Amino acid sequence: MLMTTDMRKTSESVPGQKSTREIYLPPQRSTITGGGNAHIAAKEFSIYYGEFEAVKKVSADILSKYVTAIIGPSGCGKSTFLRAINRMNDLIPSCHTTGALLFDGEDIYGKFTDEVLLRKKVGMVFQKPNPFPKSIFDNIAYGPRLHGVNDKKKLMEIVERSLRKAAIWDEVCDRLDKNALGLSGGQQQRLCVARTLAVEPEVLLLDEPTSALDPKATAKIEDLIQDLRGSYTIMIVTHNMQQASRVSDSTMFFYEGILVEQAPTAQLFTNPKDSITEDYITGRFS
Amino acid sequence: MNIGTRKILDRSFTAVGIGSIVVMALALMIVVVPIVYNGIGAVFFTGTVEHRKMLHAEFKRGDSQNLDSEVASTDRYRAKVYDMLTGFEAELETMAPEKKTEYTAKYAQVQSALRALLGPLPGDPEPMLTRFKYGQTRWEKAEEKLHDLLYESKWDNSNSSVMSKEFFVSRAISFEGTSLARLFPYVKENLENMLHPEFTFYWGFITDSSVDSHFFGGIWPEIQGTFFLAIGAMLFAFPLGVVAAVYFTEYAKPGFLNSMLRSANSTLAGVPSIVFGMFGLAFFINTMKVSESKSVIAGALTLAIMILPTIIRAAEEAILAVPKTYREASLSLGSSKWNTIATVILPAALPGILTGGVISLGRAAGETAPIIFTAAVSVGSAIGLADVFSSPTPALSWNIYNLASEHEAAAQLRHVQYGMVLALVTIVLLLNLSAIVLRARISKKLKC
Repeated sequence: MLMTTDMRKTSESVPGQKSTREIYLPPQRSTITGGGNAHIAAKEFSIYYGEFEAVKKVSADILSKYVTAIIGPSGCGKSTFLRAINRMNDLIPSCHTTGALLFDGEDIYGKFTDEVLLRKKVGMVFQKPNPFPKSIFDNIAYGPRLHGVNDKKKLMEIVERSLRKAAIWDEVCDRLDKNALGLSGGQQQRLCVARTLAVEPEVLLLDEPTSALDPKATAKIEDLIQDLRGSYTIMIVTHNMQQASRVSDSTMFFYEGILVEQAPTAQLFTNPKDSITEDYITGRFS
Repeated sequence: MNIGTRKILDRSFTAVGIGSIVVMALALMIVVVPIVYNGIGAVFFTGTVEHRKMLHAEFKRGDSQNLDSEVASTDRYRAKVYDMLTGFEAELETMAPEKKTEYTAKYAQVQSALRALLGPLPGDPEPMLTRFKYGQTRWEKAEEKLHDLLYESKWDNSNSSVMSKEFFVSRAISFEGTSLARLFPYVKENLENMLHPEFTFYWGFITDSSVDSHFFGGIWPEIQGTFFLAIGAMLFAFPLGVVAAVYFTEYAKPGFLNSMLRSANSTLAGVPSIVFGMFGLAFFINTMKVSESKSVIAGALTLAIMILPTIIRAAEEAILAVPKTYREASLSLGSSKWNTIATVILPAALPGILTGGVISLGRAAGETAPIIFTAAVSVGSAIGLADVFSSPTPALSWNIYNLASEHEAAAQLRHVQYGMVLALVTIVLLLNLSAIVLRARISKKLKC
């Protein structure tokens, strides 16, 4: 925790300069596991679809306020793992889990866990932009209203703050009452980020957030992730290895449901320990 | 397949498609055009002074001074007819006995034809039934009755191997040589003066009660009853159907029971409506005793049971068509399942649900069989809202059938039958149209 605060100071003390990854490089893995700032921790965690084991005995720590990327070939279980963190997999009736997945030390799949409360703290942005067919304002205000904010002025504040955080305020401030489906794909995705931020989550899960977007919109989302780093624990699933190396501090590589390797991003991409990881990041298979 | 065959197949398919649409459109025209044409005739027609007399006496409508002068003018022409009748009655007394018998019978026919045409003759006692108090209110009917007066209808059954044939004998000829012979050309010449035909816009056909079982007046009780029944059915079936659909799509666990319930629902949608009618009588009236006998509430409940499967199916389809991403988005924001359904799923499914609802409403308005035993009466006045729990009501669907097949003067009331049919078709059409508009509006709102 202390370290994070220090690092933020560093970035703020250099005005005008775009924060670079070097400043945020997380400590070595050995210190990660030993430290107390693991926001999410998996312990021998498996996810099954019926009989099929989609994620196999994963043990990992996800650090608080860092950006963690999850990469791996299609069907390797990376999305399944991500969706397990805010229990979106509950929508699939045949899905069940073993082992433990801890959020702030509490078991996400515990008997008494309130998944509604969990999802309030663990927000998610999906592959395809999915704004509600409502006005931009109502989209952002949906979450706060759910959690009991009804004061119009306060809602407006939250909407503006969230949209500013998601770097889309300038584009939509004059048409908050227009339907969100009228925005472009990239704008819609940033709106979805803003909508998630409006609930003030601690964790932001991004499930291939740019796979449906063009390069320009992708760049904006990546900039946005840079801006949010340090304020939220961010996990991003991506097929794009350049993207992973650009935005993340730490990278997890999944292969056939197994967490093959987790390491600081620079290390994983320059000096992978495992040969499968190396094959994958060098493009020998995908 | 080579390109030639493919093109021929394409074209022949297009031709068959266009052909079937044309056939459908033609069939629709053949049905709808007479309905519209004749139905409009119930509201717009050439009315006689008798119509205005009836309106004034039964509904206190119309300018009484104008009417008085009109009646005075027509009575001047009629007085001559009545004078001829009195003259002939005197002549009848002077006739030889066998001739007198023959003419008395013929004279009675003339009298009744005149009564039908012009209303009660002077000296007649006040008729008990309203239908005999007035002459012909519609000009085209008056012309028919004039024909009845001028010609005696006789049947030729001399050839027993073929059906009897009707033929007409002129009464002017059969009364040749008597003083009454003058009457027929006189009536023919002066019918317009005696009835004053005028173009009439009888808007009261929609808003008036019927007088003497639809001989005069309008169809408001039927229209109102139809609305009561259809909207009552909707009040029960719509919330229930939507809740059931939400249960089926969101809460029910897949399994034997669930699939049984679903197939039961589909089967229910295909049950003939008369069965629902019998069920309504047996269950709602005889067993549940929702009312002493037929009542609007019993009919509405029966109709509700009938349209429930359709509403459930439509709502289910609509809910299932809501993109999964909406649900994910809402849940990921920390919304509970119930909240997600109420604030995201149902609003997005609303166009589909409403369409199903309004189509069912149209069906409830048009169904006859379920209300025969539970709610409908042939003759009645409009009931108040408080009476729906105890009173039956006339309703368009049932009264169309009743008036066309069971009414004692079905053939004379064609305009009323067509008027009712047109009213029912219009109501159903408007309902469906409003469904389309509503759907388009909400969809537009949802799609930006």
